[in-house]
Amino acid sequence: MRDPLAKQVVELKPSGIRKFFDLVAEMPEAISLGVGEPDFDTPWHIRDEGIYSLEKGRTFYTSNAGLKELKQEICNYIKRKLDITYNYNSDVIVTVGGSEAIDIALRAMINPGEGEEVLIPQPSYVSYEPCAILAGAKPVIIELKNENEFRLTAKELEDAITDKTKILILPFPNNPTGAIMERKDLEAIAEVIEKHDLFVISDEIYSELSYNEEHVSIACIPGMKERTILINGFSKAYAMTGWRLGYACGPENIITQMVKIHQFAIMCAPTTSQYAAVEALRNGDEDVREMREAYNQRRRFLMHSFKEMGLDCFEPFGAFYVFPCIKEFGMTSEEFATRFLNEEKVAVVPGTAFGDCGEGFLRISYAYSLENLKVAIGRLQRFVEKLRAEKQ
Amino acid sequence: MRERILAIIEKNSRIDMRELAVIMGEPEIDVANELKKLEEEGIICGYHTLIDWEKTNIEKVSALIEVRVTPQRGQGFDNIAERIYKYPEVNSVYLISGGYDLLITLEGRSLKEISQFVSDKLSTLESVLSTATHFILKKYKDHGTILDKKNEDERMKITP
Repeated sequence: MRDPLAKQVVELKPSGIRKFFDLVAEMPEAISLGVGEPDFDTPWHIRDEGIYSLEKGRTFYTSNAGLKELKQEICNYIKRKLDITYNYNSDVIVTVGGSEAIDIALRAMINPGEGEEVLIPQPSYVSYEPCAILAGAKPVIIELKNENEFRLTAKELEDAITDKTKILILPFPNNPTGAIMERKDLEAIAEVIEKHDLFVISDEIYSELSYNEEHVSIACIPGMKERTILINGFSKAYAMTGWRLGYACGPENIITQMVKIHQFAIMCAPTTSQYAAVEALRNGDEDVREMREAYNQRRRFLMHSFKEMGLDCFEPFGAFYVFPCIKEFGMTSEEFATRFLNEEKVAVVPGTAFGDCGEGFLRISYAYSLENLKVAIGRLQRFVEKLRAEKQ
Repeated sequence: MRERILAIIEKNSRIDMRELAVIMGEPEIDVANELKKLEEEGIICGYHTLIDWEKTNIEKVSALIEVRVTPQRGQGFDNIAERIYKYPEVNSVYLISGGYDLLITLEGRSLKEISQFVSDKLSTLESVLSTATHFILKKYKDHGTILDKKNEDERMKITP
């Protein structure tokens, strides 16, 4: 029999997080700080709309790009939050989570096999690199640095660009570092983007979880909207991960091609989720504010605790992760995380799961109640003290 | 700052001052001063514990009582409300709009005890026109807290 498999799929590295997942699975009593989704339930009024839509028998396909009401609400929301105007009819597509939007944006823009390069700042979410490869692009990693608080600088961007570079993926607020890009940071890279005629896929799924100031999108910077696919969704802001609903907004010519792929591969995003999402956008601002405040309290607690135990960690202002540095212990991230799991029964994710440059760091999620965090951080303190004693 | 303090301690009055200051990102001394003021001004009126008595073997019965009363000249409902809320077994007294005037919640050891209170004490008050007693059979949610909530985390333990 012939080999049934596609080489480029076989050669894809499995997600680095998988290995750790298996370890933790064998230890059911472990406390986990390794989750990348909110601990809140979807607010009841949103769930209720989903239920209501089922009761009403709204169980059919929607149009490919999504329900008209939902696309309109998405445009209203973006206008309200970012003061950017998109046409609901031509510039928006509702997708199966932000993940699908990333995938189809890349596939709509890359000519496979022509060596087109996609810039991927890391540490970052695990799917950008494989999606770029599957789309037929050459992923080029930009290693972000702790001393820049893991922001992307114009210099780093400039240095990574070749005459093959076509797309920059911009993942802020960032998973796993919690880093954000402020307006001035975005303005600095916008110049480079324009100069080299690049396009941007801006993954802003954590936009509502910005703690210092209101989130700014690269699409807000003059000249950038025309070259940006803005991706967002409902998972993080409204605690709706399982509903699998995201969206992309961008120039009509790109969105049209994305809708084409989506129409053949997916048909449409889940109808129930779309009705629930309309309710989220219409009446969910207060829920988002409350959840953001709860996350922010936990974030402050963690930063305070790290300071007290002398653990090096830049202050992250986005998402629900902190990314402390563990280089002082002379171990790899994986060694540290494995020992921490075995000795203190707490699961954190090694920074290397999000790119090689995550070496020496850990991702700690604060999508957990303060009570849980207190217990886990107590154990971290004990562990850190033990390691320091060992070193002496 | 007031509103933020109140929002936090309304849900968790046991939080200690230091932790409150940390999660608010404010200096401890400022938080302590503000909290003191809130207490002095009577905005914070007490710190209570929410207990699900059902789970203990202590017998307790609670009831809601609707009361229609004749308001008194110059006093309105205040006088009669005061006469009622002074009974220690009365948990709360609200003046409400609608078909009756006062809503009282009451706790007692037995149905009999509550019935006796209503017939002996409440109904005999001069300005009380009528009462309707509703015994509470089960509390599902109290003070914003779901009493029988399962706290299991159903998320996968590690996700990207």
